[in-house]
Formats: sequence, structure tokens, C-alpha cells
Amino acid sequence: MGKQDRDFKAVGTRPLRPDGVEKVTGRAKFGADLSAPGMLVGRFLRSPHAHARIRSIDTSKAAALPGVKAVVTGDSFDITKVSSGNHDTLANVMARDKALYEGHAVAAIAAISVSIARKALKLIEVDYEVLPHVTDVDEAMAADAPLLHENMFTANLTPKPTKPSNIANFYEFGHGDIEAGFAKADVIIERSFKTAATHQGYIEPHACLANMTQDGQGELWCCTQGHFMVRNVCADLMGMEISKLRVTASEIGGGFGGKTTVFIDPVALMLSKLAGKPVKIVMSREEVFKASGPTSSTSMRIKIGATNDGRLTACEGEFNYQGGAYADSPVQFGAMSAFACYDLEHVKTVGYDVAANRPKNVAYRAPGAPMAAFAVESVMAEMADRLGLDQLEFRLKNAATEGTRSSYGPTYNSVGLTETIKAAQSHDHYSAPLGANQGRGIASGFWFNFGGQTAVSLNVQEDGTVNVTVGTPDIGGSRASMGLMVAEELGIEYDNIRCIIADTSSLGYNDVTDGSRTTFSSGLALINAAKDAKAKMCARAARIWDIPAEAVEWKDGCVQPAGANAGEFEPMSFAEIAANADNTGGPIAGHHEINASGAGVSFGTHMVDVEVDPDTGYVKILRYTVVQDAGKAVHPAYVEGQYQGGAVQGIGWALNEEYIYGEDGRLQNAGFLDYRMPVASDLPMIDTVIVEVPNPGHPYGVRGVGETSIVPPMAAIANAVSQAAGVRMTELPMSPPRVLKAMDDAKGG
Amino acid sequence: MTQTHVSTTINGDKVEYLCETDETLLDVLRDTLSLTGSKEGCGSGDCGACSVMLDGRLVCACLVLGVEAQDRKIETIEGMASGDELHPLQQKFLEHAALQCGICTPGFLVAAKALLDENPDPTETEVRYWLAGNLCRCTGYDKIIRAVMDAATEMRGQA
Amino acid sequence: MRFEAPTSLNAAIELLENEAGVVRILAGGTDVLVQLRSGQVEPDLIVDIKRIEAMQTITEEDGGFRIGAAVCGAELGGHAGVCKLWPGVVEAVELIGSTQVQGRATMVGNLCNASPAADSVPAMVAAGATARVTGPEGSRDIPVEKIATGPGQTSLGRAELVESVYLPARGVHSSDAYLRFIPRTEMDIAVVGAGISIEMDGNGICTHARVALGAVGPRVMLVEDAATALIGTSIDEAALEALAQAASSAATPIDDKRGTVDFRIKVAGVLARRAAIIAVQRSRVD
Repeated sequence: MGKQDRDFKAVGTRPLRPDGVEKVTGRAKFGADLSAPGMLVGRFLRSPHAHARIRSIDTSKAAALPGVKAVVTGDSFDITKVSSGNHDTLANVMARDKALYEGHAVAAIAAISVSIARKALKLIEVDYEVLPHVTDVDEAMAADAPLLHENMFTANLTPKPTKPSNIANFYEFGHGDIEAGFAKADVIIERSFKTAATHQGYIEPHACLANMTQDGQGELWCCTQGHFMVRNVCADLMGMEISKLRVTASEIGGGFGGKTTVFIDPVALMLSKLAGKPVKIVMSREEVFKASGPTSSTSMRIKIGATNDGRLTACEGEFNYQGGAYADSPVQFGAMSAFACYDLEHVKTVGYDVAANRPKNVAYRAPGAPMAAFAVESVMAEMADRLGLDQLEFRLKNAATEGTRSSYGPTYNSVGLTETIKAAQSHDHYSAPLGANQGRGIASGFWFNFGGQTAVSLNVQEDGTVNVTVGTPDIGGSRASMGLMVAEELGIEYDNIRCIIADTSSLGYNDVTDGSRTTFSSGLALINAAKDAKAKMCARAARIWDIPAEAVEWKDGCVQPAGANAGEFEPMSFAEIAANADNTGGPIAGHHEINASGAGVSFGTHMVDVEVDPDTGYVKILRYTVVQDAGKAVHPAYVEGQYQGGAVQGIGWALNEEYIYGEDGRLQNAGFLDYRMPVASDLPMIDTVIVEVPNPGHPYGVRGVGETSIVPPMAAIANAVSQAAGVRMTELPMSPPRVLKAMDDAKGG
Repeated sequence: MTQTHVSTTINGDKVEYLCETDETLLDVLRDTLSLTGSKEGCGSGDCGACSVMLDGRLVCACLVLGVEAQDRKIETIEGMASGDELHPLQQKFLEHAALQCGICTPGFLVAAKALLDENPDPTETEVRYWLAGNLCRCTGYDKIIRAVMDAATEMRGQA
Repeated sequence: MRFEAPTSLNAAIELLENEAGVVRILAGGTDVLVQLRSGQVEPDLIVDIKRIEAMQTITEEDGGFRIGAAVCGAELGGHAGVCKLWPGVVEAVELIGSTQVQGRATMVGNLCNASPAADSVPAMVAAGATARVTGPEGSRDIPVEKIATGPGQTSLGRAELVESVYLPARGVHSSDAYLRFIPRTEMDIAVVGAGISIEMDGNGICTHARVALGAVGPRVMLVEDAATALIGTSIDEAALEALAQAASSAATPIDDKRGTVDFRIKVAGVLARRAAIIAVQRSRVD
């Protein structure tokens, strides 16, 4: 399917975002920016040990300190009333019997000042029995590894294990006969890979302001990707009715998946309940690194077979993902997405979700996919070189297209992988010359894209302007995209539409802003809400003209008589109908509630040039180009922004970002200084090419664009570095000591 | 802890406050004076989200004690626009879509203004190195750099 | 915790002398505030020296420059005289942190923080800089390499502070350079640092050299063998190779989150060589 025939008026333009001025003037209210009269500050006491049994906690001295108004420990929550699906979340929010990682919360204080809270924390006495710990994924899988949970038996394995282990889950995907496939191969390459855990690295630490009143009702202000999720989880943990807790999402200072769960919110609510006053909690950066969501470290093995003319015959992968203290790794997505780019007769992937003494895993942008793509696309590059084939031609030859049965099961509808590869081929980057010590890497990547539960509302005002209400937090400019889609559907000016994110009491349930679902799902719902409003406005016009409602039609932002009555009345504008609302039946509004499906998968292909310093192993990114299918780019500037942002997060992951643990199981680099995210001077401009292969599941062809962009970078950079350094890099990050050692070892060997 | 009385000037206005010795200027701005435009991303000078001007020099407010501000001149993001008119940098950040989540934006704007006040015609490399102390996790910096360069061009045209 | 901002050096010394508890001197504060926040240190008294006028100034003295303890990086970098005389020292100071940190951080603070990875210190050591240490007994001038005794430890007495650092005059055909290795381009702590100062005669032969390394031992080290490798040569390829060897041999680093032993040993030589090449080029321009 090629370009769509439809002419868009609003969609595809680049207007200013509605929340922009507040953000450039410092007035936008983020999580930590709200205060309440009489507010207390909340602070956490956290485990200094990677793994320890909590024998006892004595908070009496802390509670007696003047100015301390409430103390919370695991016992403050009644786990018997909490649904079993939230038990791990509760145990993570406040440790119960064991501290499972350094930084695990064991108690919290609400006090009238920061200095008193700090003092009070020192008065809490915790008696720990320190236990052996494990942080590495391969070590955690070993038979004699220290056990985190005595009741963890690997799920989905046959026969069912009789002994507990740190492996929570086993997954298997694929089709065909993998051995038969390898038997047909002329060349087989098998490699092992490891990647370090990385953090989402949002600049805004988790923050919230909780206000429980004595009648059992509550309000919560917090930075989250999903305030409806926060409400439901917190209500469950607090033993409250859902309707009694109202959660308002603040402006959110980055999430990237990391704000799709709760850490501090239930504790703030409990402190507020016990103190009878509002309580504000803001995490420090150290707490963010130690106690909020990193993604997995991994250990992977990939085996690919191909014929001499470059056709893949079989692909196999084993993925071991370290999922933190409660084994929440995204290995399932890793195993599903690993070979999703290719049209394969024989494919098999297995995944193990592994617990270790590290923070509970939370989603990070395309969760699970980037590591798998690093491994698979590294072997793909090596295979192309081995076969003497052009990197892009080799991928094109095997690319999944419409009708391909995907490696994880479903058969693809219209997809845009080949279009991204062809666009990369014709890009001048691909043929630009390279200098000494330089290399060029290519990789493709895939993300599923989500739909999900969505509820929206659209109110037509008497002056012909429109307020739009969605329940999906705006993490990167989605309010502008919502406005554009409504403008398109209603045929009115973008500037006459104002979109806000409503609190949880104002709309039906909305799933979290994740999986690149918001512009797709909330947009889809809004288009339907606009259609709903249009139908009502048609009826109003018919009423004014006193003709049957079926005898009018919507055209170019106006209602006009149709059929037998065509031409009988002057078309009535949107504004005119809006102005007459009070005489024609009262306020005009559109609504839509949906559990959206048909999100439409997205593919991207990246190209990167690097230079490796042969004496130090330092890698410089010289040039970077992202090509990705957006289906239809609603606001192209923000689509480019998603491409660029994902690529640069991938650059960080590839080169320097990592969780570094000491022998003692403690995180050694819990700060921006030594976590080493890319800074402006590390980077070139990031070129983007927006390919548009419409998604048949959306009226405008929209696909999610937020996540695919972080999938190819590590593989692309590894391929470039491997070429420049003359040695295949199989471990992330490719930090200078690791690159230099690989080069020296290659020379020595 | 006993508090110290401090008189200082913020965005041209005389301001007085009480603060504890270990409170940072950022704590004072945000929690005492409700000037929450300066953000705390790290508290250790590594992210630049709390960038302010102190006696004409760009600093991180998290690395200044509140008590140090006695008789100093402080400029924050809240003082950047004049009346209902945005500073050209603010306008260019909007036009170039140089913000996604917007948490780093105040710090980038204060830092970029300090650059252009000192060097009205910076190269891309100069902009990138000047702003290396401001972390942005959303944009990959591309559109921020373009916005600063474009603002510089416009401001040179006006001068 | 008390806070004092004396306006004279004597008043500052008196405050230090009269405080029995833990004291922290606040210059730029870019280390002290981080330590305060992390709870690493809980001082009873903080003495802000930025209101002492003499400490805010750069003065020319015997053909060299005296840099006050409260002079921030941005100010030093804007001083044409120091930039011309000791470009390596200035570039080392300017590598400390971001533009924002440059607006606060001081060279003397970097010295007294006593980190083995301090950027300005190898450059100062190579330059033969001296620190003026002042206390109740008066002042003394000591080589800057005598200040740090180990990570976070100094030779300063309880009521002593470093009032200024003196960068000496130097001859024609001489210059200096500092290079550090970091995994990014900015915002990192040196994994290895190398400062070199050289003086050449009219015939292009090196007559004097000082080579200092950072982050490859418990304190910044002056490497005499590395200097010897250059003196008496035209700093040709053989001399550079000997320099690199000497630098790598002198390095006694540890494995940590920022780098490995092998990496640091090798890169110490690489950086010493590269810094020497820059210093030679600069000495020719003079």
C-alpha cells in the first residue's frame, strides 16, 4: 500500500503546541511543583543491603521526634486486602520480610521539614540479617544461586519444576522446523551477547502530593504516564473504593516507560492518611537510580542460517533477561520481536525472565526489543559480510512484508519495512565516503505498538471553539497531535481547539501512555468523538431548518441540506450551530469509549557512521540517520523528535550507559555524573526520514512512532564500531576500556 | 535548625527570605519563594535543569547555598519574558519543537541566553559545548541546537 | 550548622581556629554542596571565602600570576594574561564540569578537594605552581603537589587554608598542555589526566620538562622519568615513545567504575604523548 489519496488539511502540519508557552516560561506545573497549605514532607529509609532479611524495624524513636507526624513501614499496609496481582508492587513500594536490593524502601516518615525528616530517618533501627546476593543474570540462573523468592517456580515449563529458582517465567515463540531450516543453510553464524541494565533517565524525578481526608477520600497529584493506573493500584493498596481517590496527572518530565507503575504514591497516601495532612514526596536522583525502574541486563545467544545467495533459512535465539527483584523483565517482548523484521520459514525463540537483587524492572521504550535487536542485527551484519552481500540488500531480500507470518505469530497487514530500507538505500548518507578508523553500521528494528482502553470527551463551546479532554498523559507533545486530528475531523482551525489531560474522575478508564499508543488510541477515540459531535450538530441544524436529520450532511466544516432539500438553505457553519446550542437542545458534546485495536506495527532502519580512536577505544558518532514508518505523521516535528530522541537514547545505551555493581551488590553509579547519558557535545545532528505507509487500522493511517526508534541504534552502532575497530563487539556498553581491550585482544590473538 | 535572614534581588525585585544553612538556592527559589520554573533533576550540578544567573554568571542553583545569595543578583526563567512578549529564544524553542516533556527547557533557555549574551554568533560546536551541562533525555538535542542557532540569527538581525 | 562569610583573611582564619567541630571552606561549592547533600559530610561550620576581596583577584607577580582561592573557572578562562602564559593550566581548569560549574568552581577548590582525578592539579603540578597556605602561624608557600596526601586528604593544618596559587613566570620557547580522557566529551571525571610543561632552547632542544599524571594513583603524581625522557631531545618520535613508556610505567591505577587498570596504564602514555605534542606546538608559536 503506498501513499494515501486523502488530502489532509490539518494533519501533517506543524503548529505550535498548546502547552508550549507555559513550558518555556517556567509556569508549567510538574510533579514537584505543587504545594498545599499545611503540607508535610515525606522521606524514605532504604536498605543499604542488596539482600537481607528484615528481622525487625523499630520506629519508636523516630515517631517520638518533635515534628514527625507519621511513620510508615510494610506493616502499615494490609496485604490481605490487596489483590494478588498487586502483591509484588506493594512489596516493592515498602519491603515486607526481605529487602531485595540496595535502595529497597523499608520505612518512610512524614515531618514538618526536610531537616526533621532526615533526622528522624536516622532514628529508625532496622535489624537486618544480610543474605548472599546475586546481580548478574547468568549467575542468577545458576542452580546454586542465592534465591530471592522461596516460592518462585518457573512458569510455563514442562515438566513443572520441583525446585524453586530465580527464573520466574519461560517463553517460547516461533514456527517451522528449526533443525530442518539450519540443514538447508550454506552458512551458519552463532554468537553470544551481553548487555548492561540501563535506566530511562527522565530528568524529572518521581514526585507526588497526596491528600487523604478523614472521611476516607483522597486526592493525588503525581507525575505519571497513567494516572488511571495509579488510581486503581493505589486504591487497591490503600483498601479504598476506586471512586474515592481522584488522581490528577501533573505535567510529566519524561517517562519512557519508567513512569508506568507506582513507587512513592501509595506511601504518600498512607503517610497523609496517618498524619491527617497533605504529604509531598520527591525522589532524589540517587533514589531514582537505585529504586525506580531500570530495564533488564541480558545474556543472549543467536544462531542464524542463510544460503549463499542471501536467503535466511532458520533463525534461533535464546534470551535471558534479568528482571530485577520480582522478575519483571520484558523478555517476552524481546523473544517476540527479535526476528520480527524478517520473513522466515523456520524460527524459534525462547526467553527466561530472571530475578536478581536489583531494582524492580519497569518498561523502557520498546521494552525488551532493543537488546534483542542488538544481538540479531549484529549477526545479520556479520552474515551479510560473510556472504559478501550489501547490508541493505541482504535485509531487503529477507524483509517482512504484507502477508508475512511474523516470528511471534500474527500475519502482517500492510507494513513499511521494505520502504524504510529502500529510503535508506537512496539516502546520500549510505553512499558517503568513510575515512580512516571509521565504520558504518546498519540495523533495522520493530515495535508492536499498542492500542488499549481509551475514553475521551469533546465539548463544543458557544463561540465555536472546542475543548478536548483525554486521559492519556502528554509525554511529548500529544496534545498538539490531538488538536490536529480534531481540527481535521471537524474542519475547524487548530487554534480553536484546546486539549487537556483530565483527572481520573472526569473520564472513563484510560490505559497508561505506553506502547506508542496515545496518538493512535486517543486520536482514534477523538476522531470518533468528533464524528459523534458532528452527528449531533447535523441534527441541530436539521432542527433549525425543520427538516429530517437524515436530510442534512457535513461538508467542509459546515452542515448543509442534502437530498431533496439540497440547496434549500444556506449551509450552516460550525460556529453558527454552536452559537445556537442553547436553543436547540443545550450543550453539544461528543464522546467515545473504546478498547482500541489495530495499532499497526512499525519498522525503522538506522544508519550510523562512527570513528574509533585506535589508541583509546573512544567512539565518536559522526553521522546518524533514522528512517522510520509513521503510517501518517500527524505533527511531523514531534515525529522527528521521537525519532531523534530514541536514537540518542540508543546511542547512550550503546556506548556508555550501564548499571555498575560492586562486589557488595551496591550500585556504584547512582547519579548522572557516572551514569553517563549523552550530552549535547557528544552528538551530531540526527537526520530523519519519515516514511508513510498508512496503518489500515486507523482512519488517517496513523501508527505509533515513539518506540521503534530505540530498537535499531545499539545494533547499528555495534556494526559500525565493529567495522571501524576490526573486531566484532558483542557486549554493551561499548565503553572505551571495552573497545580498547577488544582491539588489543584481536591484535594479540 | 536556626534560620538565616537573607536579602537579595531576584529578577530585578528586592526579596527577603529565611533559610536554613543547608538549604540550596534552588530549595529557596522553589519551596520558599514558589519560583518553581527552575527544576531539580539531580541536585548535584550534573543536569542543568536549575540553571540561573548569579551576579551575571551562569550557575546551577542546586550548587549555591541559599545563605550565599545575600546582596547578590539572581535571574531565573521567570524573568526571561518581558511582559506579554517572549524572549526570542523562548519563541524559537516553540517554533522548532525544541521541547518534548519540557522539564529541561527552563534550564536550557537560561543557559542559552547566557551564551548569546556573551557570544551572539556561536558555531554549532560552541552551542553544543556550552550546553553540555544541560541534559535533555527527550529530543536528542537536535532541535534545541537548531532553535538556539536560529534565535542567535534573529537576535543579531534585531541588534 | 553555622554559616559565616568573613570579609578578611584574618577573620576567616580566626573562625577556623575557634571552631572545634567539622569545618568546610566554601569557595565555588561545587564539591562541598554535593557532599552536604549526600550526607557525606555534616559540618558544624561553613566558611564562605568569596567575600574576601583578595581571594577574588588575579594579580601579576614577578612575571607570573597569583590566582585567588575564590576565582572561578569562568573568570580565569577570561583572563588574557593567564591564558597566554599557562594555556594548559587554563584548559585544565576549564575542563572541570559544565559551563554552570565554571561559574562557581575554583582552581584552589579543585586542589583542596584532593581528588586524584582533579583536572587542574596535574596541569598545576606540571607548571610548577605553588600554593600559599595561610593559618594562625602565618603563611608558607609549598609546591601544589604537597597539598593532597591521598584521596580527600590534605596536608593542611586544622585552621589553615590555601589562600592562592602562584603560577610562575616561564621562558621563551616554552608552553604547557593538559589532556584528560573521558568517555563522553564533557561532564565526566577524568579517567586519566596528563599535564605537561616544557621549555625548549633556541635550537629546539628541550631543556626543562615537568610531567604530571592524574587518576592513575592515590594522588596526582609528578613523573620525573617522563620528564627525563624529553629533556635533551628535540621531542622527536623516539622521545615521545620514551615519554609514553615512562608515563605508563609510572601509573599505578585501580579498577573502578570509570576505568580499568590496563586501560588507564595504556592511556596514561597515550595522553602524555599527545599533550607533549600540543605543548611543543605551542612553544613554537611563542
